[in-house]
Amino acid sequence: MTHNSTQPIEKVSIIVSHGSLEGVYPGLIMANGARMEGIEASLFFTFFGLDAVIKKRMNNLKVATVGNPAMHMPTLLGALPGMSSLATSMMKKEIEKLDIPPVGEFLTMIHDTGAEIYACRATVDMFHLKPDDFCPEVDGVISVGQFYEKAAGGQIIFT
Amino acid sequence: MQTAILGGKTLTLDADGNLADRNDWNEEVAREIAALEGIPELTPQHWAVLNFMRSVFDKEGDSPSIRRLTKESGVDTKTLYQLFPKGPAKKAARIAGLPKPKGCI
Repeated sequence: MTHNSTQPIEKVSIIVSHGSLEGVYPGLIMANGARMEGIEASLFFTFFGLDAVIKKRMNNLKVATVGNPAMHMPTLLGALPGMSSLATSMMKKEIEKLDIPPVGEFLTMIHDTGAEIYACRATVDMFHLKPDDFCPEVDGVISVGQFYEKAAGGQIIFT
Repeated sequence: MQTAILGGKTLTLDADGNLADRNDWNEEVAREIAALEGIPELTPQHWAVLNFMRSVFDKEGDSPSIRRLTKESGVDTKTLYQLFPKGPAKKAARIAGLPKPKGCI
């Protein structure tokens, strides 16, 4: 097979492994952006990334203010009570200004574009989660093997 | 510089293949671009989206995001993807005679 670097991307499978606000949004934006370009897209939520598809948690994700050098804030300051909530509400305002929806609405939108949404089997078992814990957009709980089957022929993006 | 024969005239296109001058646009041109994009007929729902995009562009200089399209044009996301398969914002902008949308959402 000859490799052509200008060949357009036709399919992406995006893994979301972090549960902070800044950990979840990039994957969602990339999935939605892919669909807007006519690229087939699926999202696979694993480990703490699963919080983004858990009904009770999806709209309460927080910005990590500790262990995040790009916050340009001393670690001890970031650890003060309320600091993460403050950073979160500031970031949510900026996100809203860009017309990026809250996580729950964004997932509905992405699912409506025809993208598929999956939860990781190992994590679901580890955290003892039930089907009822997830938002209705989740198309299924799948194993790593099934993920690779579904990702066949496309690009895999880990976030 | 790319050109295309649309509505019986030779029109200039931009680097993305969209109309370079939106004054070249008319409904006949829209129908011909749509046909080239695999949309054989523009229904009233297509026109609702196209007209909404044009009116936002007139006011703001960029095409609306998908979220805004969904919220304000009265056509939901699912329908949008059925009307303009494989990339509604990009396709609708092209058919509406507008440049490719700049936004990420």
